[in-house]
Amino acid sequence: MKILIIAEAQGSEVRHASRSAITLAKNVVAAENGDIEIAIIGDDIAAAAKAASAYAPTFTLSDALFSHPTADRYGAAIAQIAQQRGADLVIAASTSHGKDCVARAAAALGGTMVTDATACENRDGKLIWQRTMHAGGVAAWVAAHGSPVVVTALQSAYEPAEPTGETSVTALNIDVVALPSAIQFDSVTTKQSDRPDVTEAAIVISGGRAFKTAEDYERLIGGLADKIGGGTGSSRAAVDAGIAPNENQVGQTGKIIAPDLYLGIGISGAVQHLAGMKNSKIIAAINTDDEAPLLDYADFALIADAYEAIPEMMEKL
Amino acid sequence: MKILVPTKRVPDPDQPIHLNADKTAADLSGIPCIINPFDAIALEEALRIREEERSQAGSDIEIVAVCIGPQACEKEIRIALAMGADRAVHVVSDEYIDSWVASSLLKAVVDKEQPDLIIMGKQAIDADNNQAGQFLAHHLNWPQATFASEISFEGDRVKVARETDTGIENVSMTLPAVITTDLRLNEPRYASLPAMMKAKRKPVDISTPEDLGVAVEPRVEIISMETLSAKRNCVRVNNVDELIAKLKEAGAL
Repeated sequence: MKILIIAEAQGSEVRHASRSAITLAKNVVAAENGDIEIAIIGDDIAAAAKAASAYAPTFTLSDALFSHPTADRYGAAIAQIAQQRGADLVIAASTSHGKDCVARAAAALGGTMVTDATACENRDGKLIWQRTMHAGGVAAWVAAHGSPVVVTALQSAYEPAEPTGETSVTALNIDVVALPSAIQFDSVTTKQSDRPDVTEAAIVISGGRAFKTAEDYERLIGGLADKIGGGTGSSRAAVDAGIAPNENQVGQTGKIIAPDLYLGIGISGAVQHLAGMKNSKIIAAINTDDEAPLLDYADFALIADAYEAIPEMMEKL
Repeated sequence: MKILVPTKRVPDPDQPIHLNADKTAADLSGIPCIINPFDAIALEEALRIREEERSQAGSDIEIVAVCIGPQACEKEIRIALAMGADRAVHVVSDEYIDSWVASSLLKAVVDKEQPDLIIMGKQAIDADNNQAGQFLAHHLNWPQATFASEISFEGDRVKVARETDTGIENVSMTLPAVITTDLRLNEPRYASLPAMMKAKRKPVDISTPEDLGVAVEPRVEIISMETLSAKRNCVRVNNVDELIAKLKEAGAL
């Protein structure tokens, strides 16, 4: 089986989520043999490609036209690369890029796509995939008919792969000017934060509607996270209320995470939120409401007011 | 201008999920269903675009809701019409429909309806696939803007703010185009009782996949499902010191 990983560059590195996709590819090889290749598309990606080659032979498509991930151009490019490399299986990370561009490529490749895969298994000679549905309330095993099969790896289900030694980097030959270009990139507002991303942090401090203002959320949730080197998360309710930034939203339709420690403070624990964090290794909750649903999914709970408990924690840690 | 809004019927997410006898699908008998919340946001956005445009002379916007699914979808179709869609297209099928089949059926409806804009949810909250909009945009060779949190028009271009992992990305496209919605785009209105009564008189065009010439051949087949419970035995601690001690003991701090 020929496996092609569509990796994302992050500066001179391979994005964390893409390294989880590489782990999924390695699991496939363990279950059913196969050769892994990596493709990276972008502008100014030489360093990231070199980094990627430490995981598997890497192919690059580098052009100024790829400086922004517009889905029509990227989708067509990914589909062409998969065909050129004769891939039976195309694996990407379940990031917004994977969902936007790789899904479009999957349609061009015949429409066989498994989103947010959490496991794979060789059953009677055929690879089958596990994924969650219904906000994480259901785990399903699915069979993918057609070739190639396109899969996105749920980041929280796979540890990031470790490099194994530099291999080759080869430039691909694709007529980039002929690719579709009907989507115009105008601008991007990137968050400025020194904190680890919520999808990558080992510890996530997450806040909900218990916080009255964005300033309180930043001072308390942000302050505690900084104190212990963690990332910050939030419930949808807190994002909707303008208390927490949108990128922080943990849940079914936000970020799905599984850190070593998830500390949910002032979060009631709606089903949609639980879908995003219930696989965390240790879950702790601080809430004034002893009946909050999040407590049923937590290992430890402290019934206390966030405004009192957090400063005390910051002082004692 | 014509706006097409696909609206999927999904089980109410606040209800526990029961599986059918052979554990290959959710058993929806007796379970209240709703319009997929992201599709309701899409419909609301279409209604708001129309309301804004109506204040300008000479503009006329038709909104068509499209539903693929069994006969029972009638109720959700009525709700879409009561919210304000002008008419509906119901592709009736009892079969399991994956994103590929759904997008192929929608493509066939688009070929008939010739809309200028398609707004749909970024994902359905039952299957959680996040594929159909992107697939449809490919089928049509139209530009796409997924995960929209803001939509505006400037001349013949539609401008979309997209929610991505790293922040808000602004893109623009000429019509026709496909837009998929994220949560913060708007807060959908409720259908009033009088509107529900009036909706009974709005036209619903009924067809089948066969009528549309689309074979129902899913690419992704569900072999088995199991419901998951992630509940844990929660230890109540009495104070911050105890919490810190427990977390250190568990190796989490």
